[in-house]
Amino acid sequence: MIGEDWRDEIFAALKRGEIRQIGYVPDAGHSRLIDLCRADPEIRAVGLTSEEEGVALAAGAWLGGQRPALLMQSSGVGNCINMLGMIKACRFPLLMLVTMRGEWAEFNPWQVPMGSKTAAALELMDVLVYRVERAEDAAETVAAALDIAFNGSLATAVLLSQRLIGAKRWVK
Amino acid sequence: MTGNALPNEPGLERRAAMRILLEGRGELLLVTGLGSTSWDAAACGDDARNFYLWGGMGAAAMTGLGLALARPERPVLVVTGDGEILMGLGALATIGVERPPNLAVAVFDNGHYGETGMQKSHTAGGVALAGVARACGIGRVFDICEETALAEFAKAAVRCEGPLFARVAIRAEEPPRVLPPRDGAYLKTRFRRALGVESEG
Repeated sequence: MIGEDWRDEIFAALKRGEIRQIGYVPDAGHSRLIDLCRADPEIRAVGLTSEEEGVALAAGAWLGGQRPALLMQSSGVGNCINMLGMIKACRFPLLMLVTMRGEWAEFNPWQVPMGSKTAAALELMDVLVYRVERAEDAAETVAAALDIAFNGSLATAVLLSQRLIGAKRWVK
Repeated sequence: MTGNALPNEPGLERRAAMRILLEGRGELLLVTGLGSTSWDAAACGDDARNFYLWGGMGAAAMTGLGLALARPERPVLVVTGDGEILMGLGALATIGVERPPNLAVAVFDNGHYGETGMQKSHTAGGVALAGVARACGIGRVFDICEETALAEFAKAAVRCEGPLFARVAIRAEEPPRVLPPRDGAYLKTRFRRALGVESEG
């Protein structure tokens, strides 16, 4: 039996928000959410070779009348920067869910340079950034970011902290 | 027909090629890549069902994929250049996996970066885009240097017999620029209204 945890709650928020396309790069922190999206007949989940592909995918989805969301790791944000210029120039709505690396108790120092600048990089491109530290805030924050994105044709990102993701992973 | 936009390869005139792609477009939705293919489309007549990329180099094929998945009942054609597709070759792998029947990608290949001073691209150095598309699993791949084959590709695109990929050899020349609107928000909203997915409010 699948237990309800914050990942399931995020998935429910995406469903309530009528998200129909998901672009993702495989990621341990998002793996459960990716599986849920792939299993849902109403959602087309598209695996990408690089996160920047997802920004263009999301633009195309919106042109066609569907609501998209992107799932990626913090390192992938760096791959998106130029494409986010297209999002801003055209005022495409965008929802990015980002699992953080390179912060809380990171094992791999190569993750730290991008992880420590993820929020700043997004904000430089005028993406609205929300951060989740506690499991109980996750779904509500995603729902709020989704509403702002699609009500206002704005780009938003929810950063899921490494402490949140890590804390869950250790108990499995 | 072989060749990779090498200097002596015969090729189509790019504006004539775009006219062939669009003359029987029917319900077709068009995405063009940053640069000359957008001018080519505008030269054929601006249309609300055209989305011209003025930035995001490398984004055209993936924008077409997102659109094709969102509107499976409508044919979607991406027309872009060799330099633009080279910047996002991973998109061909993703399209090869997703395999939307209503998506066709045509690459106008002149082996050069026309917008920056006609420097050679990797296709002039031997990279065969049709071979890349085949290796990525895209079902039907055309390598085109004459009008009859291009017209056949265009018909298959409108009939949603994809996913399709065409590498179209064009001559390295720069016809006069015909610029489409460049306000991205306008182009986006106009496109969505033409599709009936944008409220007027």
